[in-house]
Amino acid sequence: MSAREEVLGRIRTALGETRAPVPEVVRDYRTTDDRPAAELLDVLVDRLEDYKASVLRCGPDDVAATVTAALDSGLGTGWAPGSVVAAPGLPAAWRPEGLDTDDDRPPVQLAERAASVTAVAVAIAETGTLVLDGTPPCGRRALSLLPDCLVCVVTADQVVGNVPESLGRLDPLRPLTMISGPSATSDIELQRVEGVHGPRTLVVVLVSGAAATIR
Amino acid sequence: MTTTPQDLRTDQTPLAPGAPRSGTTFLGLPTAPRGVGHLRGDRSFPDAARDALRDGQLRANLGHATQTIRGKRARVVAELPDWQQLRAAGSALKAATMARLDEHLEELERQVTARGGTVHWARDAAEANRIVTDLVRATGTDEVVKVKSMATQEIGLNEALEAAGIAAHETDLAELIVQLGDDKPSHILVPAIHKNRAEIREIFLRTMPRVDADLTDEPRRLAMAARSHLRERFLRARVAISGANFAVAETGTLAVVESEGNGRMCLTLPETLITVMGIEKLVPTWPDLEVFLQLLPRSSTGERMNPYTSMWAGVTPGDGPQDFHLVLVDNGRTAVLADEVGRQALHCIRCSACLNVCPVYERTGGHAYGSVYPGPIGAVLSPQLTGVEDNASLPYASSLCGACYDVCPVAIDIPSILVHLRAEHVEAQEKPTAESVAFKALARAMSSPRLWRLAQRAAGLGRLLARGRPTMPAALPFPASAWTRSRDLPTPPAESFTAQWAREHGGRS
Ligand code: SF4
Repeated sequence: MSAREEVLGRIRTALGETRAPVPEVVRDYRTTDDRPAAELLDVLVDRLEDYKASVLRCGPDDVAATVTAALDSGLGTGWAPGSVVAAPGLPAAWRPEGLDTDDDRPPVQLAERAASVTAVAVAIAETGTLVLDGTPPCGRRALSLLPDCLVCVVTADQVVGNVPESLGRLDPLRPLTMISGPSATSDIELQRVEGVHGPRTLVVVLVSGAAATIR
Repeated sequence: MTTTPQDLRTDQTPLAPGAPRSGTTFLGLPTAPRGVGHLRGDRSFPDAARDALRDGQLRANLGHATQTIRGKRARVVAELPDWQQLRAAGSALKAATMARLDEHLEELERQVTARGGTVHWARDAAEANRIVTDLVRATGTDEVVKVKSMATQEIGLNEALEAAGIAAHETDLAELIVQLGDDKPSHILVPAIHKNRAEIREIFLRTMPRVDADLTDEPRRLAMAARSHLRERFLRARVAISGANFAVAETGTLAVVESEGNGRMCLTLPETLITVMGIEKLVPTWPDLEVFLQLLPRSSTGERMNPYTSMWAGVTPGDGPQDFHLVLVDNGRTAVLADEVGRQALHCIRCSACLNVCPVYERTGGHAYGSVYPGPIGAVLSPQLTGVEDNASLPYASSLCGACYDVCPVAIDIPSILVHLRAEHVEAQEKPTAESVAFKALARAMSSPRLWRLAQRAAGLGRLLARGRPTMPAALPFPASAWTRSRDLPTPPAESFTAQWAREHGGRS
């Protein structure tokens, strides 16, 4: 008998011939958050800053300039545009002049770059989480991982209140990365240290106002 | 029917000691084999605990760490108004998954396969190790990077790879500390919790080839030393091995929850990814994750959300590993599933909250439990995976105070399983021991109010032996000495609660 057949057979034996009915799952926890949108943005900012990420807010016409300011704060002024890689689908209006664009180079080459700039798929206010889904605006997973500074642009319409709302907007078949602050460890005496293997600096550009949408 | 966590507890009435086992509980399903993996200690819990209790540094490190993390958890759990509803849903979801485990596993296999992954099945640790070793060999590499994973520790994968000439590099900071220090993990979440910063600095200076000789013991400096030590390994690695926190049956999505980014490195950069997962780790549908992604981070690191969660389904062209293998491991889990009381232990999401609140764990640390699963969950899971005769002292490694049940995000009734396993162990013994005699007597006394009152009055005699001290002398006559040798037994109160109540209120006790 194959291991597969044997393990499945053991499970059937363990559960018995007349199986008990499947217990009902009651979902009476919160699945939506009806706080006003403006309040959710404030909660998101508060949570992100609590994780030691920095947040810059701007209107829909100032995204490129604010991304530049974000890179200034993450890398120090005077950074070389060619050392910053943008996701291939990042809207042109959001890109500072001269940025490099990610292509199908071997992913490890991204480790030489100082920073990357991506969009997100969803942001969760209550937990301060950004979700990237591997579509062209977010880029492949290595892009938001290897450069030491990550700038993410979030538009107001992408911000949801809680975790259940976020999963409803995501495609489980895509490679998903949930990011809540810079990488961190608490392995030494449970003291939090920001920045281990992932980007040590996370700067979020939060775009609100009338036309603040990526689509 | 709405199930509240309170109901869950009474739903699962443990078998009374000596009660006949139900026909479905013991079906002779194989437990985890001996001689491979890390589910058994080489000493009994009381022996190992006695040594641990003598180590003042260990107790100080543990006390500090568990206290810190308890506080963090309590703060973020209190933030969610619907915590108890999430907890009840988490518990019900796990029970629902177990009730049709075979169907969900088959669905998971179909979905992973449809998205370009390969699914392997392993009856036990030895078979899982063989599968992984063969997969690594087939790539032609002799080193792998690893994400922290309880399943691979359980099966002893690193030793198996080493025996095959393959170097396995742990990449989680705590696992790295443990590996470089030639030590053993002592906690599910923070395996190096027993080491303080000075000890970690000493390990790094001794074992990292290119470490800065001026390394201080500041946690930031130590973390940066680990970053540079591992950076180049990540970039050159061709094969990674991970565990999984969750697998979604209906979509084939796997999830790894972590903090440092070492997980993302392993899940993203190598060409080949091998994920080793216990067969109980799945949830039926995608929305089910909305419950666990709220329960796990708050219970485990005490954060609103952990820094990184990675999810993937099979292979994505142009993004991440192009060769993906999922190894599903039984290793005694089906034997646990067969026990209607004990099977709740399979609901565990390995958050470690029960370790951090356990008064026994806080004093002995994780090593005393002998298994990779320490603390309250270890005390109920390890003996079931191995068969209770191989971890006979673990069900007694608890004061049954119930703190573990209160914090468990999936409401596992650990105290009831402990009592159930104790009864099973006592019953299995051929020769009566002091313990088995005492437990049988206790069961008899507790079932009769008259005997119970007599026993309480007899306990009052103990006060004579204590001669006014707060604890009983260690040198009590046998068989009581077996208990007091390594424990402080409080002097019985002058009057039992029921006697006091009867005196003050004049009612019946
Ligand atoms: S038993 Fe519960 S509290 Fe303990 S590790 Fe498992 S899920 Fe967490």
